[in-house]
Amino acid sequence: MKFLQRSYIFLIFLLLYVPILVLIVFSFNEAGSLAEFSGFSTVWYEELFNDDEALTSLCNSLLLAVSSSVIATIIGTFASLGLHRMRSKWLKGAINTVTNIPMMNPDIVTGVSMMLLFVALAGFLGSQNLFGFGTMLIAHVTFNLPYVILSVLPRFKQLDTSMSEAAQDLGCTPSQAFFKVELPEIVPGIVSGLMLSFTMSLDDFVISHFVSSPDFQTLPLYVYNQTAHNVKFSMYALSALIVVVILVILLIVNFAGSFNRKTIAKGGAK
Amino acid sequence: MNKSSIFQKLAAVPHMVWTVMFIVFPMIFVLFFAFTDDKGQFSFENISSLAQYGHVFVLSIAFALIATVVCLLIGYPLAYFMSKQSPRAQKILMVLVMLPMWCNLLIRTYALMALLDNGGLLNSLLESLGFDKLSIVGTNFGVILGMIYDFLPYMVLPIFTAMTKLDPKYIEASHDLGCNSWQTMTKVVMPLTASGVISGITMVFVPSISTFYISQKLGAGKIDLVGDTIERLFQNPSTYNVGAVISLVMMILIIISVTVMNRFSDDKQSPTKGNGGGFMP
Repeated sequence: MKFLQRSYIFLIFLLLYVPILVLIVFSFNEAGSLAEFSGFSTVWYEELFNDDEALTSLCNSLLLAVSSSVIATIIGTFASLGLHRMRSKWLKGAINTVTNIPMMNPDIVTGVSMMLLFVALAGFLGSQNLFGFGTMLIAHVTFNLPYVILSVLPRFKQLDTSMSEAAQDLGCTPSQAFFKVELPEIVPGIVSGLMLSFTMSLDDFVISHFVSSPDFQTLPLYVYNQTAHNVKFSMYALSALIVVVILVILLIVNFAGSFNRKTIAKGGAK
Repeated sequence: MNKSSIFQKLAAVPHMVWTVMFIVFPMIFVLFFAFTDDKGQFSFENISSLAQYGHVFVLSIAFALIATVVCLLIGYPLAYFMSKQSPRAQKILMVLVMLPMWCNLLIRTYALMALLDNGGLLNSLLESLGFDKLSIVGTNFGVILGMIYDFLPYMVLPIFTAMTKLDPKYIEASHDLGCNSWQTMTKVVMPLTASGVISGITMVFVPSISTFYISQKLGAGKIDLVGDTIERLFQNPSTYNVGAVISLVMMILIIISVTVMNRFSDDKQSPTKGNGGGFMP
């Protein structure tokens, strides 16, 4: 029984990884063919690194991911604080519902709806075209917000209110009590919200596709445009690199995660 | 009672302004475009033109349903068997499930297309073994296969998480009370992991029904799904209005199906429900 279970797991993971492994292996194929491997070569990687467009779109992706995740984390953290303190159940429910709309909706609907907003706004302002970094930033902040609130709000709910009361009894103003007592408790939630939005932003293709302009291209948009018509072997090289980078990050995060848990367990004993 | 400063009371205001401007207004514009013609006049013309897209909706729903069911049939046993492994093996398997999820969808789809294409490795292997070539890319089967391949990890992860939260004492108790393995599975394990199944179904069905990259690549442009239709209609300003109606219908379809599905589950942690959000009944 154990053997059958393991064979099943092995088979499914094999099927899941064959295309990715084939892609990595054939990105080193000098012939530029997917049918047979004729010889090892890094020619496609050289082509990729000599492609300015690829490097520019990588920089654009990072710029957009950093700025949108920072803005979303700031707005979302304050929003979680406000939501936590809010008395009106109705308002709280309404805000949560609206915030979660981009998470519920398929990406294509979110993308299209934002595109229509910017089209209508451009018509209203009498300008031709608003699309570019600004519209992408707005879109990315918007779809990142629910993930930030989802990570931060539970931290507020876990807070022990008597700690803040004690701080205020000992002479802190409510703002001081917040920054000195409550904020350190919610920082892990803020960090995970930031990391989650950063990766969501880096990964997004569909929403960006509808609110972008040709002069500001992110990495996924670049891959899309390059793969639209013909097979380009430098894209296999790029994909292989991305897979390897993600694998390394995942291993580090998992390793660092267990390391952190150990230190927290030790620190918690003091 | 804790005294709140004005600062804390106003902390949610920027977020509220942001969501009204960039979530509520865009939704209003979808409605506006759906009920006007390209000159901004009120019109039902777009609604009536929906009929000609009926077959596209039927095809998309059918594809998404098939992909979801197959993902569930493959993913549920996989998640169950994974939860039976040693903690160390579970951790490694978890990373292996998550790696494709973190890789961009374009890359995964492109990799699968490269493997299955006419000039791809699979066909050259088949040929050298003396078999006929399989044309998978450009067929309905190819598109559904792409959906299954791309979204299977999204089915496995929530079910696996639900499995690991399941207290093994329940299974012991069920055996002690005379259930055989099959009865334990259907009467204890399945009901207690239903929340994971519901999340998994949502996370496979929604992206499947709205995809356009998978149908472009693995359908070789021959298969038109709702996502392709929306994407095409939004390339030309004169067809924004029809595109808006189709987006609206798809959104309503998804809200209905997610609501119906959530009725089967009383779990509060399913991702579509958010944090005590008041959206779902």
